[in-house]
Amino acid sequence: MSQATPTGIKRRTLLKGAAGVAAASTLFHPVFAIGGQAKVKVGLLLPYTGTYAKLGNNIKDALALRIEQSGGKMGGREVEFVSIDSEAKPPKAPELTKKLIKKEQVDFLVGPVHSVVGMAMAKMARQDGLITVIPNAGANQLTGELCAPNIFRTSFSSYQPGFPGGKAMLEDGHKRVVLMYWNYGFGKQVAAAFKQSFLAGGGTIVKEIPTPFPKVDFQAYLTEVAALQPDAVFTFYAGGGAVKFVKDYAAAGLNKHIPLYGAGFLTEGVTAAQGAAAEGVRTTLHYADSLDLPANHRFREAFQQAYGRPADVYAVQGYDAADLLLQGMAAVQGDTGARAEMITAMESSTIDSPRGAFTFSRAHNPVQNIYLREVVNGENRVLRTVEERLEDPAEGCSLA
Amino acid sequence: MDLSFYLIQLLNGIQYGLLLFLVASGLTLIFGIMGIINLAHGSFYMFGAYLAFWFTGLTGHLLSGILLALPVALVMGYAVERLAISFLYRRDHLYQVLLTYALILIFNELQRMFWGSDVHSVPIPPLFSGSVPLTDTQAYPVYRLLISLCCIGIALGMYWVIQKTRLGMTIRAGASNREMVEALGINVNRLFALVFSLGAALAALAGMLAAPVNTVYPGIGDSILIISFVVVVIGGIGSIKGAFIGAMLIGLADTFGKVLLPEVASMVVYALMALVLFWRPQGLFGRG
Repeated sequence: MSQATPTGIKRRTLLKGAAGVAAASTLFHPVFAIGGQAKVKVGLLLPYTGTYAKLGNNIKDALALRIEQSGGKMGGREVEFVSIDSEAKPPKAPELTKKLIKKEQVDFLVGPVHSVVGMAMAKMARQDGLITVIPNAGANQLTGELCAPNIFRTSFSSYQPGFPGGKAMLEDGHKRVVLMYWNYGFGKQVAAAFKQSFLAGGGTIVKEIPTPFPKVDFQAYLTEVAALQPDAVFTFYAGGGAVKFVKDYAAAGLNKHIPLYGAGFLTEGVTAAQGAAAEGVRTTLHYADSLDLPANHRFREAFQQAYGRPADVYAVQGYDAADLLLQGMAAVQGDTGARAEMITAMESSTIDSPRGAFTFSRAHNPVQNIYLREVVNGENRVLRTVEERLEDPAEGCSLA
Repeated sequence: MDLSFYLIQLLNGIQYGLLLFLVASGLTLIFGIMGIINLAHGSFYMFGAYLAFWFTGLTGHLLSGILLALPVALVMGYAVERLAISFLYRRDHLYQVLLTYALILIFNELQRMFWGSDVHSVPIPPLFSGSVPLTDTQAYPVYRLLISLCCIGIALGMYWVIQKTRLGMTIRAGASNREMVEALGINVNRLFALVFSLGAALAALAGMLAAPVNTVYPGIGDSILIISFVVVVIGGIGSIKGAFIGAMLIGLADTFGKVLLPEVASMVVYALMALVLFWRPQGLFGRG
């Protein structure tokens, strides 16, 4: 066991040295904290590679922008980011979350984008009590069964883009509808929320077509839609699937006769790739790039100036996550130990978001407006507000 | 659901099958003649799609994009064969699987470095961007018909090359008895390099043709790889005819499976494979 390393130092000596350093760092840590001058550590678990890389980067950049705007400080203390690439891979989530909580000893946790990563992260955050802000992952459970006093979400629950879809379509006079969605957790939750409002309002679902996730071969299903001749179609697809679906829908000639609706992700960040096929597609979401609010104009201008690219809904969610943390830290003058007081302040905060001001439900999910948008010249234009201050039902949440 | 509905679905199935054939024919040739299990075959499909996207962006037209991308794909196939695959002819299949799996990872990473993770779309040339009205509500995109025509043309061309030319004769001989061809003094190394490059180019061409209808995104090659292996196994390893029939069967089974048995749609093609193998373990046209 006592083999000498190439430099001649015995392995045991090395180990002792390492143990010494580790002990010293645990000794010094509290000293910094008492001084109150230590930096606030914000742990970010977001995807910077893979399919969701763009979402992760936009969230991170907008979050940094918001903190920059308040002088780079939270509650009077400098901010340090500890950023880990989640790769949007659920199996890695527990280990990476643990690394941020135990090894890096972060004061706050922000993340993730992917819902399944979010579930793993939320379970650990619940146990630890660390204040956690979810800037995207939309699974209903995160502010449902898994809700906790220390977990907040600044994005949406999958219920929120789905439920108003039914109301919007009935208002537009579509009573017989085909429902198509990617057959996985998030898609099913959006579809269920849609059905809830659409059926209650007297609509009929001619056929429900769940398609295998993440496959993007829609031709056979679209032939079926043409044969069924519904008044309209409501869908949930996102990213590459959304591009492909909207293009195929138009190529099959369906867009001329059967209006296409969907949860907002159908036309979010993908209209350039969809081109003319996206024109006239209507979607429901808590944000639109073109939203005519002073806060939105200010935010979009600042983001464009700072990073040289336009902001999107994910950037908004990251920006609001930072705003929520700033409000919490301001209430306790930077004392991260005062978790209970901070949570109380965060619960009762109003976020002056680019999407319009919103507050939090008892389950810590945004109570927010949902807009009906239509693609005009490649841009999502707001037609009307379908639901004012829509609250997620937070099924199974012990806080609500 | 009237007759026209089934006819259009038939068209959908044939079109999908033809595209699968382009990918699977290369795979079956490479496996049958060279004895190489090429897991990286899907990567050529992916590169085809990305090259088509890239060159179409540069030149402004899909046709010129494909004409520029095709030689690049050929060279890539040749380079991969010379620099990697050629060292493993005498080795066990396990080594080939390891190597070509590593190639998948490398190619996916290269793709991300060059083109990023965004979803891209390739514009259909204006001449073919219209649709043919079939029923009151449905039109069929001209470009999809064009893909089918191209695939049929290529299939006929392959038939001619393989059945009627000296090269085809060598390929057929190589597929049935490699050692004998070698013993007869044919430069097997050159033949292998050629077959591999052509196979890679066919897969890439399929990716290019499909790019405008499929959109271009990371990992696009992985799913086509799996289904191509299913086609090859059904058709019988090394048989071009088998690959054609297998691709058609899979295309139709997949399309009608989705419509008629939506609950088990993703299983239908594999169930078909199991049935065929139960009946003929060597595949429809494989030699037992």
